Amino acid sequence: MIRWLLQGLGFFFVLTIIGFLIVQLAPGDAVLSMLKVDTVAVTDAEIEALRENLGLNDPALQQYGRFLGGVLRGDFGNSLMTGKPVMTELAKAFPYTLMLAGATMVLAVVITFVLGGLAARFQGSLIDKAVGVFCTAGAALPTFWFGLLLIDMFAVRLHLLPSSGMATPAGLVLPTVALAVAIAPPYIKILRNSLIEASGREFVRAARARGVSEPVIFFKHTLRDSLIPLVTILGVSLGSLLGGAVIVEVTFGIPGVGKLAVEALARRDYGVIQAFVIIVGMAIFVINMLVDLSYRLLDPSISLKGAERV
Amino acid sequence: MSKRKTTIGVVAVLVLLALLMMGPLLAPQDPELVNLAARLQSPSVAHLLGTDNLGRDILSRILTGAQVTVGLSLLALSLSILIGVPLGLISGWVGGRFDWIVMRIVDVFIALPDYIVAIVLSGLLGPGFVNMLIAILAVKWVGYTRLVRSLVLQEKTRDYLMISKLAGGSNLRILRQHMIPHIVGPVLALATMDIGKVILLVASLSFIGMGVQPPSPEWGAMLNDGRAYFAQAAQLMIIPGIAIFIVVAAASWLGDQLMKRYTISSEDERMTSALA
Repeated sequence: MIRWLLQGLGFFFVLTIIGFLIVQLAPGDAVLSMLKVDTVAVTDAEIEALRENLGLNDPALQQYGRFLGGVLRGDFGNSLMTGKPVMTELAKAFPYTLMLAGATMVLAVVITFVLGGLAARFQGSLIDKAVGVFCTAGAALPTFWFGLLLIDMFAVRLHLLPSSGMATPAGLVLPTVALAVAIAPPYIKILRNSLIEASGREFVRAARARGVSEPVIFFKHTLRDSLIPLVTILGVSLGSLLGGAVIVEVTFGIPGVGKLAVEALARRDYGVIQAFVIIVGMAIFVINMLVDLSYRLLDPSISLKGAERV
Repeated sequence: MSKRKTTIGVVAVLVLLALLMMGPLLAPQDPELVNLAARLQSPSVAHLLGTDNLGRDILSRILTGAQVTVGLSLLALSLSILIGVPLGLISGWVGGRFDWIVMRIVDVFIALPDYIVAIVLSGLLGPGFVNMLIAILAVKWVGYTRLVRSLVLQEKTRDYLMISKLAGGSNLRILRQHMIPHIVGPVLALATMDIGKVILLVASLSFIGMGVQPPSPEWGAMLNDGRAYFAQAAQLMIIPGIAIFIVVAAASWLGDQLMKRYTISSEDERMTSALA
């Protein structure tokens, strides 16, 4: 517990340093890009005045201290794009990303259990091969392209679902499908393989010999044993879910955190970018800790030390 | 799959990649030649895959774009290996404080998702070929450092290495004679698995406007460019996507074969296949 806290604290500091360096090292002057919003010619004196005003002429350490203080208060300044506080913008965008990620996770898990289970149950059959093809195709499919195809099919041609935005819950369907198909293949493969592996284990064969019914064997023994590798990669590939969410949000015009970050990058809205990096980084850290924890619940024989990942 | 079929497949994929590298030479027309009289044409004899919204020949653009999409990906991957492998070798071999520092840096990079680091970096640096190269390098070296370090740590404890050391073998000699042969296979396997992933990353970045810019016929950028015209000319949507899909699928199949050939421990395999 204490180790996690220390790790989290350390990671938080690293993130704030990265966030701080984003502005310091970014090519092009942050001040210039702030003034350029009006597209009026700026004089050197104006730039200098704003620099002084923003405290950009202070020593770096002092600037970092001020930045860190702001971060701890949840204050990332105002967004250049809207003039509203960065945190307000992020708070508005977060629910959309959370909904997309949550729905994707649920759908991906359902796909994984159905396809992985079927492939393992009918190992070597046509079903198994079809699942294999699905996995290869899903992993090779560019998410944004698959999204475009879905939009073309279901929104433009069939008029069944909205093509972009999340004005209605129906808007969530296509992005979720696009992202889940991209995320699921490694899970399916792992679940299939570990189910097959587990079904050959001694305790499964012993249960079968005792006359335990197949469904009970599956849910009580095989599945539980197979969940551990699944949870491992769940933690590792969470990043690809969030990364994929950025692409999907842009493709489908969902006003989530990813789209906000991409727009902020294009407009050099540094406050938003800093907040994005720090908050997303910390979110991933916390979820990884939870994955570690669920590990131990699944398999008490894994000590905390053994579960050390990341 | 039989051994011979696998060999044929591997050769086919390598030939495909080599052909793609020669893409610009194979292009029937100038990929950037604008001809507004012939815009949004369906596939015909003159334009085998049709034309785009500016009347440019799509086949020529796909073939030329291969060098951007696939070439950039291969270049970025090679650079990642050139940096990641030596770092992992030294880190695992030397150990101590150097290893500790390298691993903490690796930890930070692993904790942050590839796509997010690449998007933020390329967004900050601005669009362009070199900046994209840097962004991909930044996310890809980590996997190689981690893989090679774990291989070195595995081998380090073996008896024959002790003996080689006792016999007075220099560090360099031990690395060259004993470590490198153990590392080549797994690194090659990871690299081929990565080709597809890097291509997807390059195309995705260009699609959201952070990678290679128009009029360069990068495949993701082509999809972004043509988005407004999909309803009128489906080939604008279908062709670049299929190109990406085929190359990525072929490359990851190749990676799978190599992965089977050089059986890395299942832990490593899980790790590498999860580093999406």
